[in-house]
Amino acid sequence: MRGNRFGYYIREGVSSIFNHGFMSFASVCIIVACLLIMGSFTLLALNVDNVIDTMESQNELMAFVDDSLTEEQGRALESAIEAIPNVDRAVFITRDRAWEDFVETYENPRFFEGLDSSVTRDRYVVYLDDISRMEETYEALTHVEGIAWVRAHLEISQGFVRIRNVVTLVSMGLVAVLFVISLFIMSNTIKLTTFERRDEIAIMKMVGATSTFIRWPFVVQGLILGLIGSLVSFTMEWGLYQLLAQQLISGAGISFLSVIPFYKVSIPILIAFGVVGLGVGVIGSSLAIKNYLKV
Amino acid sequence: MVQFTDVFKSYENGTKALRGISFTINDGEFVFLVGPSGSGKTTIIKLLTGEIAPTDGTVMVNDYNLGTMRFSKMPYMRRTLGVVFQDYRLIEDKTVYENVAFAMRVIGASGKEIRRRVPYVLELVGLDTRTRRRPQELSGGEQQRVAIARALVNNPKLIIADEPTGNLDPARSLEIMMLLQKINELGTTVLVVTHEKELVESFSKRVIAIDAGKIISDGMDGYYSYER
Repeated sequence: MRGNRFGYYIREGVSSIFNHGFMSFASVCIIVACLLIMGSFTLLALNVDNVIDTMESQNELMAFVDDSLTEEQGRALESAIEAIPNVDRAVFITRDRAWEDFVETYENPRFFEGLDSSVTRDRYVVYLDDISRMEETYEALTHVEGIAWVRAHLEISQGFVRIRNVVTLVSMGLVAVLFVISLFIMSNTIKLTTFERRDEIAIMKMVGATSTFIRWPFVVQGLILGLIGSLVSFTMEWGLYQLLAQQLISGAGISFLSVIPFYKVSIPILIAFGVVGLGVGVIGSSLAIKNYLKV
Repeated sequence: MVQFTDVFKSYENGTKALRGISFTINDGEFVFLVGPSGSGKTTIIKLLTGEIAPTDGTVMVNDYNLGTMRFSKMPYMRRTLGVVFQDYRLIEDKTVYENVAFAMRVIGASGKEIRRRVPYVLELVGLDTRTRRRPQELSGGEQQRVAIARALVNNPKLIIADEPTGNLDPARSLEIMMLLQKINELGTTVLVVTHEKELVESFSKRVIAIDAGKIISDGMDGYYSYER
């Protein structure tokens, strides 16, 4: 009996899709469009995040050791620095090494004739876990005894954080809005089907069909449309992303950007598309049929 | 069995459709419910089918108390009823056989049960040679027979026929009433709602007459007290 019913739900759901071919096509198109926009913004957010992560890893603090401390005393500060929350690691650089590195950055060594490493200080390059907490780490470092002063590009870190927040917020907002739009369209498509079949539904209620039995064919219809929509949009997203990624990588002037390969995000994207597509289908159809089941 | 005990029904717009109605229809009875338009006949049918709930009083249908019953039980109560409407309410794109089988399928009957029961019921209503026709290919009387077959196919305890002959000529009306009588003789309780005086008087059955939401007569002698 249960198998019979399952077969009935599938048959009814599928036949309803074909009986309302144009509306079915329209709902799949809407789901595809919404998922493509959602997916594109999510991928954009992921890539921005990736770029910021890369930049973050290169954005460090410089903590200069007090001149009155010997090199050994300076090296001894490492544990105190690494004990500060948000400090990933601290690398000690002697004043001699720092001087050599500095001189190497210039092509003409004659600029530095008569000068030696005594004009520089021993220092720590401090790497952070989270760039958004740079200011509080900066404050903590200035309070370490033996650290004369700290150099930090706070405005750069804040800029990164701001960009990431904006992209994340815009993406989340768009995803939410598009989800609601898809839900509305799907619900209306199924509503048209239910409206056309209202007499049939009334007869079903009259002879004693349960609400579950009446609802399931419509849910199956929404589920199939949602599934088709997610698979089509996933394939299109894949193609579009590959195309754009290639253009970005090969494009002059922006070749420093690193793009996340699609295969690395394909499974989460497929799952997200599947969940959204099926969710839109099932919730949309359930909303559409709700009013007919009240009697 | 149907039992109305001091039933009141008021609608949101203030209309008092029923004003303290009490009656009992025992298993196996054939009853006419008569009355003018607006007398409360439709309200009684809606109460019987669970479309609306009484404002006050108790409505019992085949051991279900419709006032206190959970909504999830409603389909199971409805399976004890067969309802026939004046406008037949058949599905136009299904054949006669499919229309009747549909009523069984939607309550989860197996294919085997459907193949066994549907031909029997179609033969009972005299449509065994019309099984592949669609409703629009049938006469009004035949369409009403399909509706009766559909009402009957799940073996209900009670058939409620709401103006079943309203769209038929006198000869076809008589045929439908004869069919309902035959069904009653086979053991199913039948309640026929009508305002066709001649038809009611042709049968010597119990008649409940209502007007303005109250029962004005209830007798077995064929007496039809309502006069327009």
